[in-house]
Amino acid sequence: MPAIEVERLRKTFKVPVHRESLKGALLDLFRRRYKEIVAVRDISFRIPQGEICGYIGENGAGKSTTIKMLAGILVPTSGRVEVAGFVPWRDRETFVRRIGVVFGQRSQLWWDIGVIESFRLLRKVYRVGEADFRRRLDELTETLQLADLLNRPVRKLSLGQRMRCELAAALLHNPSILFLDEPTIGLDIVVKTQIREFLKKLNRENGTTILLTTHDLQDIEALCSRVIMLDDGRIIYDGSLEELKERWSKGREIRFRFAAPVAPSELATLTEGLPVRWTAADEESARLWVPRDIHVSDVLSRLVGSLPILDMSFQETGTDEIVRAIYQSGSASVPAAAEAGEAQAPAAPADGGEASRAADGGGEASREEPVEAHVRG
Amino acid sequence: MASAYLDFIRIRFLTMLAYRVNYYSGIVVYALNIGVYYFLWKAIYGDASSLAGFSAAQITTYVAVSWMARSFYFNNLDREIANEIRDGSVAIQMVRPYSYLLVKLMQGFGEGLFRLLMFMLPGLVVVMLLFPLSLPGEPWRWLVFFLMIGFSFLINSQLNLLTGLCAFFLENNEGVMRFKRVLVDLLSGVVLPISFFPGWARTALEWLPFQAIAYLPGSVFTGALNGPEVGYAIGVQAAWSVALILPILLMWRAARRRMFVQGG
Repeated sequence: MPAIEVERLRKTFKVPVHRESLKGALLDLFRRRYKEIVAVRDISFRIPQGEICGYIGENGAGKSTTIKMLAGILVPTSGRVEVAGFVPWRDRETFVRRIGVVFGQRSQLWWDIGVIESFRLLRKVYRVGEADFRRRLDELTETLQLADLLNRPVRKLSLGQRMRCELAAALLHNPSILFLDEPTIGLDIVVKTQIREFLKKLNRENGTTILLTTHDLQDIEALCSRVIMLDDGRIIYDGSLEELKERWSKGREIRFRFAAPVAPSELATLTEGLPVRWTAADEESARLWVPRDIHVSDVLSRLVGSLPILDMSFQETGTDEIVRAIYQSGSASVPAAAEAGEAQAPAAPADGGEASRAADGGGEASREEPVEAHVRG
Repeated sequence: MASAYLDFIRIRFLTMLAYRVNYYSGIVVYALNIGVYYFLWKAIYGDASSLAGFSAAQITTYVAVSWMARSFYFNNLDREIANEIRDGSVAIQMVRPYSYLLVKLMQGFGEGLFRLLMFMLPGLVVVMLLFPLSLPGEPWRWLVFFLMIGFSFLINSQLNLLTGLCAFFLENNEGVMRFKRVLVDLLSGVVLPISFFPGWARTALEWLPFQAIAYLPGSVFTGALNGPEVGYAIGVQAAWSVALILPILLMWRAARRRMFVQGG
């Protein structure tokens, strides 16, 4: 049984449309008009037990709405959700004992009372036995370094301190599934790293399934074996981060520094016939862009003997850049140009490594529905 | 789990205690309210010995005791619910394995206990030093009174839950909340005992839940209601407490489907 199973899940909200002008306002008084907003459009995915899955997308893409349906807060408009064997919204009170939820932007601790008092209240709410609670609290206090915080009122904690307490609060009842909605938002790099390490450990040692939304792709790189990308309520990518990078980074850039000035024309002549592109920075340095289907060795073999290369560095396309490009195009399918370029030279032996990797990368559920190409109107 | 609900009462009680200025000013406000109504009623009665079934002595006691009851049954659950819906923190409430409405009710109870014990009893002592009150001598009246203000709390809180839940359906339920507050204060008999209303209004009010909140317990306490009438009054209160459960549950079910979470 997968930890989370979602099928054709949809959520629409009805929002009133306000008419303009005084006459419009008066008309609104008597007959209100509504507009339907589709926050999540028929998405499907399944997450096996013990996976850490990143759920990313632009603001308003439908991430939080999905998490809220999975956590039993919102009732779906249509479709099927099953989490830990429960239908979250229907069996809410029983179901929520099995999950932990942390909202980065909302506190679940009681503002006016001490942290430890909040924990004690949660113990009763979740019906955790005294001995279990003790053990669990000691564990969490140690790994999240809460010892100094327990007796302070929540309102006196810094954001980083509070976030660690929030995590502990969500885990006191030992849930098998943890939902995190932007858990690292606003935190400094030290706390971020601490929280990432903690989540990794939690997943490794307890097999906790974790679904997190974030805007910080370093969270994803550090934690997630899988990424689901959402845009305008649809899943536009579901698979590993490596695959996403591979699919999207169209190539790499090699930066050269030369010992003596080299003319741009000379560079162009050397790489004649290869689909690479030179950008000269100044006379003694240049950048070479190499598409991913060209072997670097083929390019370098032409250059190394003929140029006075002082230094050379490789630049992979960063995840941030890739994701930004995807958000902007609204689709995670490989851009048409790159696709065409690939299609023209499929037989090139240089492509072999790439092709075989794509072929045997299967086996994960994610491969079955890799990309839902989607064109925005 | 039951102990968790009890904890909500305890924590709300302690939270209220933390705001001390509120506490002292509260005692003064209650004493003042009773004092003002005492003189007002004295003026209304003038030389008359009895009006609408209440003697002059009974009416002062009625005023004091209905404010005492009000300190206990009054709460702001409607506003709390509306605020939680408005700022989106209702989402946190929904991931906890408890009944949201029941927790709210418990918090209201903690608040009511606090007001009764910390505002009203000291306030009442002050009032008794200043004005002549005739408190009932029979112990059963005291017992029945406390049972009845328990029902008052329940009915008033149920009305508050209903009003608060309106926030799920309206963009702004401020108007509904104010309307409800005026209705309860005016028609429950805190300001004016129901027996002072004209005949047709009395008949209408007998069919509304408001009189069960203040008028019935006040009347029993002051001795305006006796014998089988007391049993009937308790019956009316119990009937309303039960009758209001269904609309709340229906509204809650509809609200769950309509729930939206503000601010992401």
